[in-house]
Amino acid sequence: MNLAVRDIRHHLGRFILTCLGLALLLGVVISMIGIYRGLVADALVLVRAPQADLWVVEGGTRGPFAESSRLTYDTRNAIARIAGIAEAGAVTYQSVQIETDGRRQRLFVIGYEPGRPGQPHGVIEGHPIDRSHFQLIADRRSGLALGSTLRLGGDDFTIVGRTAGHVDSAGNPVIYMTLKDAQKLQFQLLGGAARQQAARGETANRNQVNAILARLPPDGDVAATVAAVERWKHLSALSQQDQENLLLGAVVDKARKQIGMFTVVLLTVSTVIIALIIHTMTMDKIREIATLKLIGAPDRTILALIVQQALLMGGISFVTGAGLITAVAGYFPRRVIVEAGDIAVLAAVVVVVCALASLLGVRQALRIDPARALGG
Amino acid sequence: MTASPAPLVSLRGVAKHYGEGSARVDALKPLDLDIQAGTVIGLLGPSGSGKSTVLNLIGAIVEPDQGRIILDGETVYDGGWRRRDLRRLRLEKIGFIFQFHNLIPFLTISENIEVVLTLAGRTKAQARRRAAELLDYLQVERPQAMPSQVSGGQAQRVAIARALANSPRIILADEPTAALDSERAGIVMDLLRKVAREQGASVIVVTHDEKIMARFDALHVLRDGILVEPS
Repeated sequence: MNLAVRDIRHHLGRFILTCLGLALLLGVVISMIGIYRGLVADALVLVRAPQADLWVVEGGTRGPFAESSRLTYDTRNAIARIAGIAEAGAVTYQSVQIETDGRRQRLFVIGYEPGRPGQPHGVIEGHPIDRSHFQLIADRRSGLALGSTLRLGGDDFTIVGRTAGHVDSAGNPVIYMTLKDAQKLQFQLLGGAARQQAARGETANRNQVNAILARLPPDGDVAATVAAVERWKHLSALSQQDQENLLLGAVVDKARKQIGMFTVVLLTVSTVIIALIIHTMTMDKIREIATLKLIGAPDRTILALIVQQALLMGGISFVTGAGLITAVAGYFPRRVIVEAGDIAVLAAVVVVVCALASLLGVRQALRIDPARALGG
Repeated sequence: MTASPAPLVSLRGVAKHYGEGSARVDALKPLDLDIQAGTVIGLLGPSGSGKSTVLNLIGAIVEPDQGRIILDGETVYDGGWRRRDLRRLRLEKIGFIFQFHNLIPFLTISENIEVVLTLAGRTKAQARRRAAELLDYLQVERPQAMPSQVSGGQAQRVAIARALANSPRIILADEPTAALDSERAGIVMDLLRKVAREQGASVIVVTHDEKIMARFDALHVLRDGILVEPS
């Protein structure tokens, strides 16, 4: 006969409400971890999307994400000719703010050379860019519909393809355009600014890019190629892994620490709350526990009653919280990734938390004098 | 001439005090008490006279300062506990009946009895069978009802059934009729007398309840921790 289950069944309404509250709390813990995973995944999307082996950037910088980087466009040809490099493509990165249907949003614009490294993979609707100008591939999170037009820098662009999950490290949706369009958007001045530039006899330098992406053959030696590129002092080269580490270190590390600390705080709060609930439940059963002791129940029976209730409460709350967050993860403004591994680790943590939280109740229960069952 | 049988409960020079120094209270001064099998005895006295202490000492709930306690032929205390597992001792030898029945509210009537049996090592089926027998014996209906769903008199019968579950030979009852009217109090006392006779048990009842005084085989009166003659 399981006394813990019997007691829960007797106070089912109260138990369900308690579990629901705890489930929301544990759901917040799970969502914090999910937000962190989403942050990492979002941060890496940009770096992984072009499927490059090597990132060539301005010498002495760690661009193009952690620091700004500018190179002349013709660097791409020089890089492509280095022994050990299979192909190379120039890319630009910039942020723009647009207003569609009265709604402002930021977009991350990637300019690339069609047919070369840098073009998006995973176009899920429509087709890749097949003209030199005025075509866009937009992530569906931007809300831009296939076939619709978007005015940018004085030109109208048609959405010809859509991607899914392509966002920058801040969670802004990415749009792709040709390098030429992107250079014009980034460097050509408009209106009064353009007229003032012309009056001063200057012309816009649209011959710049932010990075050169290179792919190596399958047996290529990344380290040797990096060394070869860096013989040119005005260039720096980063392997794909270096770029990922850099981005995670520069962009995500503080967020990771912040979320990690917040998670620890929430787990501590959960422990205290479970401990208080178990304490209250034990206080409510003082006479019953005293009676059980008096009629001969060993300590392990009393201990099982308290610990099993704590574990059941934690288990049910955790499963409910995890289910709830998994169900609503898609509605968060930023990506929330609930991974099975994280759930398993957190489940183990919750078991430990519940066991710890029940200690207070167990200590209290074991100190109850069986004589309290006697008398009025 | 036949020798009188050994008492089922025997206290020899048993004393108990609480607190020390100026706060010291001698709850029970050295006491000798023998209770025979098959009898129902009443333990009377004003509040603080030591009645509950006697019950707690026989029930191995509190440790005496001195003396010897023999229960069912086994010396359980003689200057120190002779048994390490006192809860087991209670489970095997002693049944408790309380003033407010003290049934476990989250267990059914039947489960309240089964729990004592399973703690003593009976299987689930054995426990269920024995609980059914006891409830039938004490004429308790609705074994699957919760304690809150039955009357006070019925609940007290269940408490008696629970006390009898492991066939203990010593039954300690603390004000078992205090919460009952005269009729129900009489029924409970008759039941205890029946149990004492049929099972050869000693029933020790702590009470203030005047309406049941006539139903004891013997009355013992405590005053200031000393046994005195009943007036």
